[in-house]
Amino acid sequence: MSDDTSTTGSAAEAAEPADSAAASSAASASVSGGPSRRSVLGWGGAGLALGAAAAGGTVAALSGDGDPVPAALSGSSVPFHGEHQAGIASAVQDRLHFAAFDVKTKDRAELVQLLKDWTRAAERMTAGLPVGEGAVGGLPEAPPDDTGEALGLKPSRLTLTVGFGASLFAKDRFGLEGRRPEALVDLEQFPGDNLDPAKSGGDLCVQACADDPQVAVHAIRQLARIGFGKVAVRWSQLGFGKTSSTTPDEQTPRNMMGFKDGTRNIAGTDRAALDKFVWVGDEAKDGSAWMAGGSYLVARRIRMHIETWDRTPLQEQEDIFGRDKGEGAPVGKSKERDEPFLKAMKPQAHVRLAHPDTNSGATILRRGYSFTDGSDGLGRLDAGLFFLAYQRDVRKGFVPIQRNLSKNDGLNEYIQHVSSALFAIPPGVRDKDDWWGRALFA
Amino acid sequence: MRPARLNLLTAVAAVAALTAVTGCAEKSGSGDGALKVAASDSACEVSKTEFPAGKLTLEVENKGSKVTEVYVLFPDDRIVAERENIGPGTKASITAEIKAGDYEIACKPGMKGDGIRQKVKATGGGAATKRSPELDAAVAEYRKYVQAQADETLPKAQAFADAVKAGDLAAAQKAYATSRIGWERTEPVAESFGDIDPKVDVREDGLEAGQDPAKDWTGWHRLEKALFADKKIGDEEKKLADQLMTDLTDWQKKVGQAEITPTSMANGAKELLDEVASGKVTGEEERYSHTDLVDFKANVEGAQKAYELLKPVAAKNDAALSAELDKQFAAMNTLLDKYRADKNGYDFTAYDTVGQDQRKELSDAVSALGEPLSKLAAAVAK
Repeated sequence: MSDDTSTTGSAAEAAEPADSAAASSAASASVSGGPSRRSVLGWGGAGLALGAAAAGGTVAALSGDGDPVPAALSGSSVPFHGEHQAGIASAVQDRLHFAAFDVKTKDRAELVQLLKDWTRAAERMTAGLPVGEGAVGGLPEAPPDDTGEALGLKPSRLTLTVGFGASLFAKDRFGLEGRRPEALVDLEQFPGDNLDPAKSGGDLCVQACADDPQVAVHAIRQLARIGFGKVAVRWSQLGFGKTSSTTPDEQTPRNMMGFKDGTRNIAGTDRAALDKFVWVGDEAKDGSAWMAGGSYLVARRIRMHIETWDRTPLQEQEDIFGRDKGEGAPVGKSKERDEPFLKAMKPQAHVRLAHPDTNSGATILRRGYSFTDGSDGLGRLDAGLFFLAYQRDVRKGFVPIQRNLSKNDGLNEYIQHVSSALFAIPPGVRDKDDWWGRALFA
Repeated sequence: MRPARLNLLTAVAAVAALTAVTGCAEKSGSGDGALKVAASDSACEVSKTEFPAGKLTLEVENKGSKVTEVYVLFPDDRIVAERENIGPGTKASITAEIKAGDYEIACKPGMKGDGIRQKVKATGGGAATKRSPELDAAVAEYRKYVQAQADETLPKAQAFADAVKAGDLAAAQKAYATSRIGWERTEPVAESFGDIDPKVDVREDGLEAGQDPAKDWTGWHRLEKALFADKKIGDEEKKLADQLMTDLTDWQKKVGQAEITPTSMANGAKELLDEVASGKVTGEEERYSHTDLVDFKANVEGAQKAYELLKPVAAKNDAALSAELDKQFAAMNTLLDKYRADKNGYDFTAYDTVGQDQRKELSDAVSALGEPLSKLAAAVAK
């Protein structure tokens, strides 16, 4: 959606009733009112005018003067179709709703239909449109197709990213056992893991990212609703405060421990690095034709022992990370983006242990979010990092890094991995006829 | 977001346009029931400005050069029905079920602005269109079912009340769940008589502020607490048993007069699943007796009865939906059968022994059935 038409759009709209009514042979008393979200979104930029008006009538401030508008404020949409799924290398949004699903149906055709239905719904929602026939205007006696809480909200850069878990490839389920990629491993139990099986794994996952939490929650809610009877939500996680960015020119966000983390993340524009570390290659290179252009997602809910961390002296905190807390500079350096000198750090420093140089070059694209799910019944903040990492092959990405970290990282005293999942992320949906997982089920 | 403002400009335009309305209306006279809308870049002509309330079909033809959209609006601009993206030279139809009253038809050439508006009126008693004989038969049959459930419940409830009055704790506990089956099968109808449900089926936490459980809490669940939690029967409980019978007799007398329509039947079926989802799956409904699965089964049976009666029409209008409902009802019943040894009896596993994983499985099944069931009303109203 363009963000430069709202001023002209709204002017034209204001003039419209008089023009059309005067020219009409059949108009009666015209009652002025705002256009519905659907009609608005049908003609592009006007959605911004409506949203801006709702936010206090600042249409001109948003776009009229030609100044560039930050993506998050423009509420723009991220293209859904493409070679890769959006929500991986695309700029990280502010909010997350992640859901893992169990597939309940045993019927392969029904699962395929669900993936098609999800794809069509995702096309609409990422463009800022309600699913199906919308949230209003249908039969008064029947529940609307869309639940409506995103009416009037902007697309908010919503991306929806789907993945397949190893359990989907189990024998005697959908005939996919021969198609399980080698890289879709069963993750080992790492030292210190305290995983809750009810909040781990899943046959399918959907990552919904958006700048507005309501838009992300709405999206998962619609997909869950479309899926009732075929799939059931197994677990889900809300996230706020992205903890790493794929846009290095933006300031690196801080995690719940107050540190900048993810400074060296792969930039979404760095095609060479993405091809090398994130996107799965063709069958000859990576062994599974249907995954070409896809990626692998590791999701880990990492609980932080916030209260004990907060009682840790500043020097110790900085030693544990290997960065200073204010600027984020690596030990012995002055600026955040200065090249770290790993040997200057303590052997147990997080940055040192996580760095590619310590892990034979292993590199991952991080996309995690902070979470806070209230408190835990003992009055302790139930908070931490919902870690999301994309890579071309977990055996060369997350696994060696986590082996190293789980054994040695000084942070381990303050964190615990409590849920874990790995998903094969298929390539992007190419066009209106394509759907999530088509190559897998072909 | 949608203030009803009548500004000077549009008001003047409206007066100028009013003279044209009658001419437009006379043009029509097509007797096929559908309202024809001729949309162009500058006009929105409707074939008639008055039509009977009920099912309305708009046959729209876009004769203009711009993409348009057509709305049926309430006078306060709320949308009754709409269709967008009607391309130049194309036709589209819009259907809506509308009550008697004033409406506006709006065409929006270019899909923007308030559109070109036309006042119209739906006439008649507010009732929907004449129903099909099939639907009338479904309603009549369901009415009989509801009455039969009440008639059959009374003796079972009497057996329960008698056991309470005899001070026979074991017999009263045994008779408790079965005395509720007929009620649970038809609960949405029973609830339509606002005063009976709170008397017989309220839970302690359902009392309103200022109500005293000792005085104001009556019905099955108060007795449930006495029988299963306190495990004693006193004079108070014996009086409550009589009161329950009085209230249930009232229900039996009134139930035949309940207002029932095909859509209320369909939505009643959905509401029975809602009951399961909100009260039974959680174990809240029968927190002392743990007989939630008996209610669960009865709710499903009642929903299935309503669905089966509507099915001939639903299957015609939406074959995929009725196939899905057949499948999900079967799946639900198979799942519930796992919790009783005798498929013809109502001795279900006590819900406090049903584990969290099993509850999740039951909850998923309720969602799987409840979601398509919520679409039954639309399929029946088509």
